[in-house]
Amino acid sequence: MSVSATARLSRLLAMVPWLLQRQGVPLAEAARHFRITEDQLVKDLELLFVCGTPGHFPDDLIDASWDSGRVFLGNAEPISRPLRLGVDEAVALLAGLRTLADVPGLHDRDVLEAVLGKLSAAAGDAASRAGAVRVDLSGGAQEPTLAAARDAVRRRRRARLRDLVPSRDETTDRDVDPIRVANVGDRWYLEGWCHRAEAVRLFRLDRVVSIEVLDVDGTPPAEAVARDGDDDALFSPSPDDLVVTVDLEPAARWVAEYYPVDEVDELPGGRLWVRLRTASPDWLPRLALRLGGGLTVVSPPEVAARVRALAERALAGYDAADAAVDVTPLA
Amino acid sequence: MAPQRTERLLNLVIALVATKLWLTKEQIRRAVPQYDDCESAEAFDRMFERDKEDLRELGVPLVTGSPSALFDDEQGYRIDRDAYPLPEIAFTGQELAVLGLASRVWQQASLAGPAARAMTKLSALGVEVDTESLVGVEPRVRAAEPTFDPMYAATRDRAPVRFRYRKPDGEVTDRRLEPWALTSTGGHWYVVGRDVDRGAPRAFRLSRVQGAVRAGRPGGYEVPADLDAAALVGPPVIADARTAVLRVRAGRGTALRLQAGSVIPGPATATAPGQTEWDRVELPVGDLWALAEQIASHGPDVIALEPQDLQAATLKLLEGAAAAHPGGPASPASPARAVGGGAG
Repeated sequence: MSVSATARLSRLLAMVPWLLQRQGVPLAEAARHFRITEDQLVKDLELLFVCGTPGHFPDDLIDASWDSGRVFLGNAEPISRPLRLGVDEAVALLAGLRTLADVPGLHDRDVLEAVLGKLSAAAGDAASRAGAVRVDLSGGAQEPTLAAARDAVRRRRRARLRDLVPSRDETTDRDVDPIRVANVGDRWYLEGWCHRAEAVRLFRLDRVVSIEVLDVDGTPPAEAVARDGDDDALFSPSPDDLVVTVDLEPAARWVAEYYPVDEVDELPGGRLWVRLRTASPDWLPRLALRLGGGLTVVSPPEVAARVRALAERALAGYDAADAAVDVTPLA
Repeated sequence: MAPQRTERLLNLVIALVATKLWLTKEQIRRAVPQYDDCESAEAFDRMFERDKEDLRELGVPLVTGSPSALFDDEQGYRIDRDAYPLPEIAFTGQELAVLGLASRVWQQASLAGPAARAMTKLSALGVEVDTESLVGVEPRVRAAEPTFDPMYAATRDRAPVRFRYRKPDGEVTDRRLEPWALTSTGGHWYVVGRDVDRGAPRAFRLSRVQGAVRAGRPGGYEVPADLDAAALVGPPVIADARTAVLRVRAGRGTALRLQAGSVIPGPATATAPGQTEWDRVELPVGDLWALAEQIASHGPDVIALEPQDLQAATLKLLEGAAAAHPGGPASPASPARAVGGGAG
């Protein structure tokens, strides 16, 4: 594969200048610096050893020796300086840095500004394309909440949260030993050991009503392991989830993009058929009410009946409100 | 195959840096032993073309020129030695750690690969990374949309694109765009640029792009210097400063209570046995339809009293939801399901 060949070439072109300036560096140290195994490093040196300037007579080839466990390199003048960044590389790092810089409360602004300045200068022309990608992860999390969550993670302090559970229309108070702060799209989460649930839980920071970093050790118990970094692993469906199928009107198609869904099918007229799973029995009826007919529950029938019942009772409340003036005290 | 390929590319780099003269393709073929093994001139040509692409992608400043005034039809190659090296930069360990974090933000191959390569290059600078300062913070950016990669390449190269686009209402149109930037906001990716047919800036959500993205010739236009990509994505929400008055069942409507400017507990007289207690909740309207949706989602637990248009909007949503779920003991299976199929 071309990808691995170019990745390896990048490493070799970085390794040569580094080694040239550190003659006699131990193999182990060099391997650690480039985050590879010693075996891989030796393979790299073996490769360098057979490369060189045209002619490829012994005098043309790169000198490399490592028998003593220490690396010596020579005769590599043409590639003795580190290669500049490519356009994609500059874009990836600069846009990544700007992404970090835009997340409120997450990082030391001074460090970020310094790095951005240095890297832009180092990237030269390539930096001019960095505006090609722009990410806003600031989302709904309030800066103080995000900053407090990060502080708790860094200092390993227990956090006391009050968080909102819209599907149950309530807030809960809980103490959490934080594991990490992570995001999915522009939504931020605190993952940690919840003492109330006695399990690892994710808390959406935009639903954290208040957070207090306690002066108590917040090291999570040994069995508390963060889920894999992959987005999907954050929300692995449970076999207990309720399977629901719905039809979406064109105006409500966004639902299929916004929420994790199992299956989507096009229907005539720009409508969509969607199958999804939900752990909360109240979530879907609430969504249906919110969408005002943009979403029709196809199955199961009891969920459809629940939407109808809630809507009818809500409408009845308005009739009652018109009649019952006494419930609205004078302001 | 991979080690051989790396070896070939490395020899090619060394040959092209070491030379002071332009090297013709034939000279290159002789200079790099792995090319000599090529069975035919065509095989060599293909291999050399691919290798040139790889080197350019890595940032190697490969330049072309004429080796001799006598043979000016023959192109020569070398690597620009002055442009080759990374400028001298000194990052602190903490700064490198932040760079490392920035490089791991990307979850899709088109940027994750280059980001990792860039970090490897920077490690030639020799500083040890200080990872301590970044414990536990892991921002991630993902682009699941299949059109991200071609759209990114076109944006980077300033190449106009054509694609089919499905508007939120389902209508499909062919669009021509000069892409200026890709931007992610609210968890969605958009491409913004100049819509060629409309002669004006437009934003398109990548997940609504249908099928292939066809890119034209690179470098065909300029990107505005003062571009604010995020501002093009959505019209700013105009905050409605009026006060909304709601009737909220005691103990319910938690989110609305948290947003509220004031909560007045309901009169004690209203609670006869079996009767519900209601609170009066006041909060800024903000976005009228967003608030109406929030109120509707609470069903019978929240009633919009004022202003009148908020109540009308809420009633419209509730009536719509009721109409979409007509009565009857069992909901019939959707007849439309059988007609569907063949998505995307």
